[in-house]
Amino acid sequence: MQKRNLITFLSLLLAAVFLTVLFVAVTNSNKIEKEITPLATTIIELDEKTIASSGFVNDTGVSQVIQHCTQCHSSTLVTQNRLSEAGWKATIEWMQETQNLWDLGKNEERIIAYLAKNYGPTKKGRRQPIKGVEWYELD
Amino acid sequence: MNRRKFASTLSLASISAALGAELVFAGQMPKGYLPLGLNDPDPFSLFQKDKDMVVLNEKPWNMEAKAHLLNDRVTPNRFMFIRNNGKIPKNIDISNWKLTIDGESVQQQKSYSLKELQTNFTSYSYQLTLECGGNGRSEFNPPAKGNQWTIGAVSCAKWTGVRLKDVLRDVGIQSDAVYIGYHSADTHLSGDPNKEPISRGVPIAKALEDETLIAYEMNGGPIPLVHGHPLRLVCGGWPASVSGKWLQRISVRNKVHDGAKMGGSSYRIPCEAVAPGSKVKDNDMCIIESMPVKSLITYPKTGALLKKNILQINGHAWAGELQVEKMECSIDFGSTWQVCKLEKPANRLAWQHFAATIAFPKKGYYEVWARATDEHGKSQPMVLPGWNPKGYLNNACHRIAVKVV
Repeated sequence: MQKRNLITFLSLLLAAVFLTVLFVAVTNSNKIEKEITPLATTIIELDEKTIASSGFVNDTGVSQVIQHCTQCHSSTLVTQNRLSEAGWKATIEWMQETQNLWDLGKNEERIIAYLAKNYGPTKKGRRQPIKGVEWYELD
Repeated sequence: MNRRKFASTLSLASISAALGAELVFAGQMPKGYLPLGLNDPDPFSLFQKDKDMVVLNEKPWNMEAKAHLLNDRVTPNRFMFIRNNGKIPKNIDISNWKLTIDGESVQQQKSYSLKELQTNFTSYSYQLTLECGGNGRSEFNPPAKGNQWTIGAVSCAKWTGVRLKDVLRDVGIQSDAVYIGYHSADTHLSGDPNKEPISRGVPIAKALEDETLIAYEMNGGPIPLVHGHPLRLVCGGWPASVSGKWLQRISVRNKVHDGAKMGGSSYRIPCEAVAPGSKVKDNDMCIIESMPVKSLITYPKTGALLKKNILQINGHAWAGELQVEKMECSIDFGSTWQVCKLEKPANRLAWQHFAATIAFPKKGYYEVWARATDEHGKSQPMVLPGWNPKGYLNNACHRIAVKVV
């Protein structure tokens, strides 16, 4: 009788240990979740405040740009660049081929048009004048 | 610094409050994703950088100096530019950190703890010039894609570590070794654990130079986290991207290393010069090796109003693998040049200091231009050098504006 109780106790203990190990393993595996999920089909029109805080020019397509382009990198990686339509398209293709960017679907055309219009190249020539000089007195 | 932990203690409402805006697509926000507006707000205190440094990009972190911030002979951490391709590794455990040497051309794979590296090999210190290949990109026309560096992606700190060649001798490398490639602990922006943000390297001849270090100290202290703590490969005079941070593994290859950012237009330029804006095929692109001759006027800061007509200037000049042989400055847009006093480098691959006293003939607006010449007689151009798709290697002469009033 006593032996039987001991066996029951031991099997319960074993089950408890097993469940604990399983719980810890599952909890840990949740921690290695993939950080980025594409939002290709769920674009939401953003309000002015959100757009202003993003650093992007508010124009047609900005909601698509913010939701696709700032999941992996900051907006400044985009806004400091000046590229033609072909240049932005090539950049998107490069990110798709090498950097895990997803298919932008029907949003791609709008995103490229927005970027080429608001972040297009200006002619700089072979050397520009010295810019942004703040004058100060030097003794 | 554990942002994830910080984020998990916040409710969506408090995130919205901190952003000053409603999180309208909160339902779609991936688990664990921290809105960019909530990124650590002060990179200057986070990385111990001077407030006058310029942030180009918050994710990944990229920051550059201005010319006058680089006036120190040896660049302190607070003025060192930051160039990241991926995310800075978290939770670095130096007691269990290992450097593994592997690859097709090693006699055996071998690993070293930090302690073993420091006790088994002789340590050396060198001042080494590290310049981003894309320093000066912002001036190219048509514009080139990437972080728009102006002039501040260069530094010359003192690095201390063991020679890579001593470690490779201890491991034993085969005669077919061609290249080495580094592998590091930083993680890819997309969150993909199987992707390396960057894994570059150098030909075996560069790897075996005396000054090529596996460094564990910068400026006499542990390497700051953002600059590669606890171990960094340092190859002075080449694009700084070959000096891999958070170094965990070096592969000795029997072919040119093919890691991330070794191909395509990354750190490569057309093998034969092309007209600005040209499309260049991958096969026609060649890897950048030594950086070109260049210089910076680090004193005074541009914009000086002078009451006297005499000005002392100083700065640094460097030439990749070579020495700078001559330093000149001009106050008449390059019509005439005055020779500057130029010091020898502290060691090979260290930048060299120059100084000059300039006399202005009368009141008015002037630009001081600086031009260095390397030991092969090559000088800095006064306009932009050869255009290339990613805007590398802009070594056009540095200019500051002054007025004699």
